[in-house]
Amino acid sequence: MNLPTVWFCAVAVLWIGYLFLEGFDLGVGMLMKLFARDDDERRVLLNTVGPVWDGNEVWLITAGGATFAAFPRWYASLFSGLYLPLTLALVALIFRAVAFEYRGKIASARWTAAWDWAIVLGSFFAAFCVGAMLALTTTGLPLDANGDRVGGAFAWFSGYAALGGAAVVGFALVHALAFLALKTDGEIRLRAHLAFRRWMPLGVLPLVAWVIAIQLRSGAWWSWTLTAVAAMAAVASWMLARRGSEGRAFLLMALFLAAGAAAIFSAVYPVVLPSTLDPANNLTVATASSSPYTLGLMSIVALIGLPLVLVYQSWTYWVFRKRITLGSIPAAHNVVPAFLTRLVTGREVPEPPVGA
Amino acid sequence: MDALEIARWQFGITTVYHFMMVPLTIGLGLVVAVMQTVWFRTRKPEYLRMTKFWGKLFLINFIMGVATGLVQEFQFGMAWSEYSRFVGDVFGAPLALEALLAFFVESTFLGLWIFGWKLLRPGLHLAALWCAVAGSAISAYFIIVANSWMQHPVGVKVVNGHPVMTDAWAVFTNNTALVAVPHTLLGSLGVAGAFLLGISWYHLWQRRKDGIDTVGEDGRVIPGENPDLPGRDRIDHRVWLRSLRIGAVVAMISFAGTAVTGDIQGKLMFVQQPMKMAAAEAACHDGTSFSVLSVGDVGSKDCSNVAAVIEIPGLLSFLAHGDFNTDVKGVNSLIPQYQAQYGKNLPNNPIYGDRAGEAIQYVPVMEVTYWGFRMMIGFGGLAALAAAVALYLTRKGTVPQARWLMRLAVVGILAPFGANAAGWIFTEMGRQPFVVAPNPSMAGSFDQVFMFTAAAVSPGVSAGELLTSLIVFCVVYAALMVVEVRLLWRYTRGGVASAMPELAEKHDDDGEHKQSDDVLAFAY
Ligand code: HDD
Ligand code: HEM
Ligand code: HEM
Repeated sequence: MNLPTVWFCAVAVLWIGYLFLEGFDLGVGMLMKLFARDDDERRVLLNTVGPVWDGNEVWLITAGGATFAAFPRWYASLFSGLYLPLTLALVALIFRAVAFEYRGKIASARWTAAWDWAIVLGSFFAAFCVGAMLALTTTGLPLDANGDRVGGAFAWFSGYAALGGAAVVGFALVHALAFLALKTDGEIRLRAHLAFRRWMPLGVLPLVAWVIAIQLRSGAWWSWTLTAVAAMAAVASWMLARRGSEGRAFLLMALFLAAGAAAIFSAVYPVVLPSTLDPANNLTVATASSSPYTLGLMSIVALIGLPLVLVYQSWTYWVFRKRITLGSIPAAHNVVPAFLTRLVTGREVPEPPVGA
Repeated sequence: MDALEIARWQFGITTVYHFMMVPLTIGLGLVVAVMQTVWFRTRKPEYLRMTKFWGKLFLINFIMGVATGLVQEFQFGMAWSEYSRFVGDVFGAPLALEALLAFFVESTFLGLWIFGWKLLRPGLHLAALWCAVAGSAISAYFIIVANSWMQHPVGVKVVNGHPVMTDAWAVFTNNTALVAVPHTLLGSLGVAGAFLLGISWYHLWQRRKDGIDTVGEDGRVIPGENPDLPGRDRIDHRVWLRSLRIGAVVAMISFAGTAVTGDIQGKLMFVQQPMKMAAAEAACHDGTSFSVLSVGDVGSKDCSNVAAVIEIPGLLSFLAHGDFNTDVKGVNSLIPQYQAQYGKNLPNNPIYGDRAGEAIQYVPVMEVTYWGFRMMIGFGGLAALAAAVALYLTRKGTVPQARWLMRLAVVGILAPFGANAAGWIFTEMGRQPFVVAPNPSMAGSFDQVFMFTAAAVSPGVSAGELLTSLIVFCVVYAALMVVEVRLLWRYTRGGVASAMPELAEKHDDDGEHKQSDDVLAFAY
């Protein structure tokens, strides 16, 4: 394998890492309204991902940065071609990030409700837009010879954009249910488990459709094999869940994702971004990549850096391995002392005692 | 406005905004880590309180840095695709390494720190914070390596019209970066210093106003307590006085350090980007004097009516050279030199769009460079001076009762923010019309690398799209700024107890506490 191919695989791995990890925190975000019944439950959901969501999001930044470094022309054409949807994704991610941190900072129902919506909508649009982007990089944009999108601000829109968006949203939702069944206890755990069993086939459907659509366009025997692996993993995950093995069901969801995404990436290889106007304008692993020197440098650093990241991120998950229940959530005024609200709204500072 | 201008405004606005959060993250992170270390060693309660309180404000700010940083990472591809294609081979690497080696560390270990108060052993918990702080500094290093390459491209050769990396060592030890990194880190400390100083001053003042602290015959403070207000005890007084002094010292160190590193930067700039140096001085003619104040139309292109009012003979020469009598080239003699080396007009190449063939304006906007340079130094100096005065005024253990002084201390928090923003605006706009400034030591050689900003913008993206995103980002950023500042202010007023509910709990003895099972020491 030559270096550009190695880096194509590396970028694919980063995207799979991102979808696997941020998949469940995006899903948990959306479930804040779809699943949680009251504020305490919402806080349980939030705290299952509290310590880790930011680290998960860095997979996205790294995937973007690695694409820039290894395939500048891919990065440039894809990101500029999808200007408006990515703007939406950014706004969604901004609100989501800020909402995680600020939601509990003021103990007022209106305040938390507003940030809840920011989390739900932010998670939804971020998942949808990232999915649309990934789908379009596999099915193509109207690119001219320079790699620039032609045809106006919405020329990117196609059924595949919607399919990719639905694929990531659907996957994130059921993946999050599997995750919640692992990370919570009591009634929430049971409900998450039941909901996973119920919705899992529907949730993974768009992703399966996308995988198969790509195979029909340009599949080869090895990508079809991966497709079969993905399909078996999905079925097995669902059956294990029905038998009550939460942990294994979750791991098989991961296998489903990894095999499915690998099936997609390997079917489009060596094209990284097709042009729907003229195949001569396709960006490929060879035409879009950086010089061997740069790729070599990046390989050395990645070989040291990525295992390290995996080690300390896994360690974090281990540190926060305990299941979270309604009982783990401190009362709201523990987070925002009631006196603070009093202080800020009406300053009723008592007279200091004499001689203090 | 055409697409290029909108894209530039957008980049400028989003980056300067990002750099409102960044220096506070870098500076305050370090200070909090030191505070926690002292607490870990001495177990003095005031240091725990300081850690918790300043840590809370740190986190409120940190998240905005994360949120706005995402935009930065994406916008090179979105709005500057031609730039990304041109420089990707060298420029992408530091960006990717920043994410891989810095952002992962920062975000993961900060998560451990926030949620790990009870789960990790105290030493490990402290180490997590130090890792996160180190992550911030590493991130600053990598991004400035990227930026410095735009100021001073090194370590490349040209293949098919593109710079291709040939010497990673040269790129990562670019002398421009090696001084810009400490300069920026020290500038960040200034932000933290003024922040600590202003807020601590407010609290000491409020304690006096509330009659908690009083002043004895000899003018020394007599710290008191108000048992009705959570956290307003004697330790609280020590928290604010210590914080104030730390802040003042940090602000002074910051200024001294930025002056030293800035001086080195000036000397490099004189060699690497002589036009920027001349424009920073509004120096039209060759000379040796540093202008403290110039009047007239500093922004005019032809220099015809710029007049220096106050000049310090020899200083400019000293800044650039280290002696007092070497002439520094002025704008008028640099223009023909640049025209000879890089052309009089933009080439007739489609990547310049409507601008192809236009005359190249080699002089950056002089109002911006001239005043930007002075504001950077001025605001930084002002903060350092104020810090010295503050140390003097609080030598007896509290602040004067004057309300205007308190207001000044709080407003003064903005000064180092201003200095940082001015520094970046000066550096970036002083580089114009280049987005990748030419490295003079390569002048004339085949390997010469430079790029005009006019060629950098995404050809496929319309002005309408850019304007949409510009408006969206401005609205979102403005709204979030209001939210952040209000939240910071709220937690500031609450004092230490707003970050340590246990201090407040003693007061809410209504007996119906919900006891949590300790899985989470902290919960969203
Ligand atoms: C001197 C330092 C410095 C400079 C010049 C910049 N940043 Fe920054 N950035 C930081 C220092 C920093 C930081 C202190 O490390 C932050 C602030 C909050 C945080 O999480 O890390 C950060 C956050 C941050 C994040 C979010 C990281 C996360 O999710 O944890 C991204 C993607 C970027 N930045 C990217 C950029 C880009 C592309 C820049 C150039 C245009 C840039 N930053 C300028
Ligand atoms: C956080 C610190 C930074 C600030 C405050 C800052 C500020 C600015 C400003 C004000 C502009 C607009 C200049 C103009 O249009 O005349 C600009 C442009 C630009 N800067 Fe920076 N910058 C920062 C860091 C960086 C870094 C680290 C990079 C690269 C990694 C970078 C790359 C660029 C690019 C590509 C442009 C657009 C082209 C241009 O208009 O010059 N900047 N920046
Ligand atoms: C006597 C004091 C100072 C001097 C002589 C000085 C000098 C300089 C110079 C020459 C540059 C431009 C480098 C280039 O474009 O190549 C610069 C940039 C900058 N300055 Fe300063 N500076 C001083 C104080 C400060 C202070 C107090 C702050 C902030 C608190 C600050 C923040 C910055 C920033 C953020 C930049 C842009 C990033 C960089 O290039 O490092 N400076 N300074």
